[in-house]
Amino acid sequence: MREIEAGKITDVISYLCKEANFSLPDDVLSAIKTAKLREESPMGKEVLSLILENAQVAEREKIPLCQDTGCVIVFLELGQEVIIKGDIYRVIDEGVRRGYEEGYLRKSMVKDTCFSRENTGDNTPAIVHMEIVPGDALKIIVMPKGSGSENMSRLSMLKPAEGVEGIIDFVVETVEIAGPNSCPPLIVGVGIGGSFEMAAYLAKKALLRKVQGKNPSIEVANLERELLERINHLGIGPQGFGGRITALAVHVETFPTHMASLPVAVNLNCYAARRKGAIL
Amino acid sequence: MCQPIRLSPPLSDEDIENLRIGDRALITGAIYTARDAAHGRLISSLREGRELPIDLEGQVIYYVGPTPARPGQIIGTAGPTTSSRMDPYAPKLLALGLKGMIGKGKRSQEVKEALKKYKAIYFAPLGGAAAPVLISKTIKKCKVVAYEDLGTEAIHEFEVEDFPVIVVNDIYGGDLYEEGRRKYQILKSS
Repeated sequence: MREIEAGKITDVISYLCKEANFSLPDDVLSAIKTAKLREESPMGKEVLSLILENAQVAEREKIPLCQDTGCVIVFLELGQEVIIKGDIYRVIDEGVRRGYEEGYLRKSMVKDTCFSRENTGDNTPAIVHMEIVPGDALKIIVMPKGSGSENMSRLSMLKPAEGVEGIIDFVVETVEIAGPNSCPPLIVGVGIGGSFEMAAYLAKKALLRKVQGKNPSIEVANLERELLERINHLGIGPQGFGGRITALAVHVETFPTHMASLPVAVNLNCYAARRKGAIL
Repeated sequence: MCQPIRLSPPLSDEDIENLRIGDRALITGAIYTARDAAHGRLISSLREGRELPIDLEGQVIYYVGPTPARPGQIIGTAGPTTSSRMDPYAPKLLALGLKGMIGKGKRSQEVKEALKKYKAIYFAPLGGAAAPVLISKTIKKCKVVAYEDLGTEAIHEFEVEDFPVIVVNDIYGGDLYEEGRRKYQILKSS
């Protein structure tokens, strides 16, 4: 068994919160550069240039590339041979608290969601997803998720008879309803199958994949390609001003489901698709 | 590309009549920030018959919740938030003389009608929310004028210089998002 000091996790989370907010992952930047070459709308091209310039200045000056520094979603892959000394949820929140203070990041979390909606003042609590995996390592990914795109995300319990066509229509309709609100060009995470909550989790996890990556199943990869094409036919374009590039990628993750069910969740991410990871 | 139009609040009816969707403008002068919680408070004040903390006549509201400034800086990052969340409140503020709103995303039919009725404009920053860091550079001064306890959601007065915007909805019923999309959508052939 391998022991990891909980305090070490605080340091890493704090670092990841800051770095994730200051710079876009390389795969996202490169997808935006490719999109700029393919975009036909002059305004769309201009928007994509501005996104790249904005990202450069943010990274250079260590300022958040978007004012919505998000809700902190933490994905942990905990090796089953690892022992964490301390309360893991508490040390993660401590990392968020420190990172958001030190990085001059906006604190957006409010407590008492239904009533007072008072700001928690430190951007906690983080939303933590943990999977137990073989091995003796702890993998941490921090995803600061803005609400412009999160708010336009949807889930539907389709009927099995609606099949692939039903899935495609629901995903495309979700992007169409979102229009300019979710800051296109988007990365579209789709979770199909499992149960109600599993589909939503898969859709979020799909956003972690590198933009150029494909689902290993040929059938699912074909569905991803078809969805991307249909979405880009909508004409919404960068920031909704019209154009060919509404989405940079569609990532689909699937899971077996009940014979009576066909859950489909669509989690939208704006162009500021931030994530940063570390392995302890 | 035409030269951008220069605007300085307070805006007049004539300023508004001259603007058409797709026009680019540079705003110089004072604008106010307000988002969800601040709008909630403004509307409660009106409902209770109390005076508003700012005079809206001819003014421009920017839907933004900036990040904190680093030491020595005026402000952090200050890009637009989704405007539709302010749709339920906007017509009431337009009736009080508000002339401009800056945000991102579509507006409701009610807001578009109110723009015509009260002669006002809906802008997005140039490039939508693509360049929040670059927008922040046009903010030269920043002070809280109301609801300080709301933190980032407090009403701030920004002194801006050449803040670049584009007209999304004008008083003639134009909608830049709809028009832009129409040009590029590929309809399914039946």
